[in-house]
Amino acid sequence: MRAFIRPAVASLAVMILLTGIAYPFAITGIAQVAMPARANGSLIDREGRVIGSALIGQVFTAPGYFHPRPSAAGYDASAAGASNLGPTSAELLASIDDRAEAWRRETGRTEVPQDAVTASASGLDPDISPENARAQLTRVAEARGAPRDEVLRILDAATTRPWLGIFGPAHVNVLEANLALDAAFPGDIE
Amino acid sequence: MNLDLLSVLAYLAALVAVAIPLGLYMARLHRGERTFLTPVLAPVEAVIYRIASVRAEESQSWRTYALAVLAFNAAGFVFLYGVLRLQGVLPLNPAGIAAMAPDLAFNTAVSFVTNTNWQAYSGEVQLSYLSQMIGLTVQNFVSAATGMAVAAAVIRGFACRGECRLGNFWTDMTRSVLYVLLPLATIVALVLVGQGVVQNLSDYITATTLEGAEQVIAQGPAASQIAIKQLGTNGGGFFGVNSAHPFENPTVLSNMLQSLCILLIPVAFCFTFGSMVGDRRQGVAIFTAMGVMFVAGLAVVTWSEAAGNPMISQIAGTGGPNLEGKEMRFGATLSALWGSATTAASNGSVNAMHDSFMPLSGLVFLVNMMIGEVIFGGVGAGLYGMLLYVVLAVFLAGLMVGRTPEYLGKKIEAKEVSLAVLAFLSMPLGILVFAAISVVVPQALAAVQDAGPHGLSEVLYAYGSATGNNGSAFAGFGAADPFHTTLQGIAMLLGRYAIIVPMLGIAGALAAKVPAAPTAGTFPTHGPLFVVLLIVTVVILGGLTFFPALALGPLAEEVSLAAGTRF
Repeated sequence: MRAFIRPAVASLAVMILLTGIAYPFAITGIAQVAMPARANGSLIDREGRVIGSALIGQVFTAPGYFHPRPSAAGYDASAAGASNLGPTSAELLASIDDRAEAWRRETGRTEVPQDAVTASASGLDPDISPENARAQLTRVAEARGAPRDEVLRILDAATTRPWLGIFGPAHVNVLEANLALDAAFPGDIE
Repeated sequence: MNLDLLSVLAYLAALVAVAIPLGLYMARLHRGERTFLTPVLAPVEAVIYRIASVRAEESQSWRTYALAVLAFNAAGFVFLYGVLRLQGVLPLNPAGIAAMAPDLAFNTAVSFVTNTNWQAYSGEVQLSYLSQMIGLTVQNFVSAATGMAVAAAVIRGFACRGECRLGNFWTDMTRSVLYVLLPLATIVALVLVGQGVVQNLSDYITATTLEGAEQVIAQGPAASQIAIKQLGTNGGGFFGVNSAHPFENPTVLSNMLQSLCILLIPVAFCFTFGSMVGDRRQGVAIFTAMGVMFVAGLAVVTWSEAAGNPMISQIAGTGGPNLEGKEMRFGATLSALWGSATTAASNGSVNAMHDSFMPLSGLVFLVNMMIGEVIFGGVGAGLYGMLLYVVLAVFLAGLMVGRTPEYLGKKIEAKEVSLAVLAFLSMPLGILVFAAISVVVPQALAAVQDAGPHGLSEVLYAYGSATGNNGSAFAGFGAADPFHTTLQGIAMLLGRYAIIVPMLGIAGALAAKVPAAPTAGTFPTHGPLFVVLLIVTVVILGGLTFFPALALGPLAEEVSLAAGTRF
């Protein structure tokens, strides 16, 4: 067995240097020089303050904002998480009952899009479905005193369509839409 | 044609188109031929061999090869365990994370050394940047390279004619890292950063949201680890929620690239095999058997996720796909595709939470793992795992016609079959026996989150994932309990080394045999009949062993769902 110790320890040491130190530091170096904004979390700065990341959802409850999906992590971006409840879970179905009722109250619609009542995988989902967004349009427009057409245009601009026309569903980035709302219709949103 | 179907077909076509040239490249590499990277990397190799006092051209016996694997992995385990226990006092720890508890450190170290990457911890909460880099990222490379090296040796045992050499573990492992994993990971990591995957050593950021709340945003060198976690069928996420986290997988493009990387090297190995045994049709036959099983499972998962949860649809007043535990940017189809790929490939990374998938999807995921991760499987590990079934399949065929079974001209005899059965038994032992213990010990049972049949599925999934060296989870399962961290650790060791050692033994035994020329009575192993026989062997041996357990878990859950029962 002694004959194996030298190659095992030495090979491991070389691999630590190569793959554990050189590789991640090289990638970090290139990333920081070539694409610093993306490598540092696509942070959004407004008036000198970081208001979040373009990629990460946040809580919105005011009627003048579009609201995100339910989150099992409360949009805590330092401890993400999901419900992990199975499809027959009474706990899951009870919370979906509550969310559906709340959503109907807010939007005045009866047919609830699935994404509006289910919690995402990360708990940080930045996106909602276009159906969910459009159902919130009246509430947002009224709270802001904004014309519906203008709000719809903002929604369109925040919508990502299927990649290459086939991959993935269309989705609306909530933070992007809300930032655009704030810029276009500043002032009281209650 | 509908877009979901089109996206899946486009993915499969791209996968095969990239895997074939990579497979042929790896065959050249493991035959010791020159590749386009040789001029650059040969001097680096020479330096490594000098430092490690390895004689690169010296071929090892199967026993020596196996001992080298064990020694190298043991060294990796000791180092990783040490780093995890000491991370609190080591540098590169801006979040001030404390040392990991002994049982959790054991579980994590075993998990990454065995290429499982089961995560009983949450990365952004329990690991320092140093642990992520010199601990986990290193094992992401070398555990993958270990599987690829073993596959190369096993293929040589099956392939060789006349003077037989299994090869040298140290060179096979080193070459797998230098010529395959490191170049691919570098490219993939940089593309991922371009999509928004974080790569920094900063403190966590505190943002003030539009509504004035405080949001702490985790950071870290994620892209470099994610690239190798996908390529090396490791799957351990940088963040707790893995590739569902927007910083690990921000866009559909990053999602498709990672999906491709999950299956790339496992698929490529089919073609490496065909090329190295000197008959590409043999590789195509194995690829076809794996591909048919993969597509069958994928069809079930895609359909059942798109159909959605009838109980939720009833509440919502309208139908729709199952989106609980899924990200809106991926939707049901790309989550179903990923789930099928990651459980087939023993990768274990997730872009959606498997615990919340529909019962029949969970069934497919469980079967993918329980049959021993042979539908493409882990890098290298999937191929040698499937060769185990090949040995059993030709043995069964031989029994049926009363002829000594042969594969690639070599007689399959009592020794090979005994070793194959021995390796095969590690799956039912690790899954059924360990799961059975877990459901009768009260402390172990406390880890189960969901009531009803889904609770049993959670236990089966945990032990299927550990023994299959997959690493994905029904994450409601409380895996951090010391009972499970320990038993899971043993299951992972069993599922790795109780298969590697017998498979090297089979390769050693076959290497010593002189191949016979094919005759009119030889059973051809490249045609459709063999493909069917191989699939049937996998389904019967692998599937039926676990059928009673599956009937009580996901199948019972599916029936309950149809009846509208809540648990």
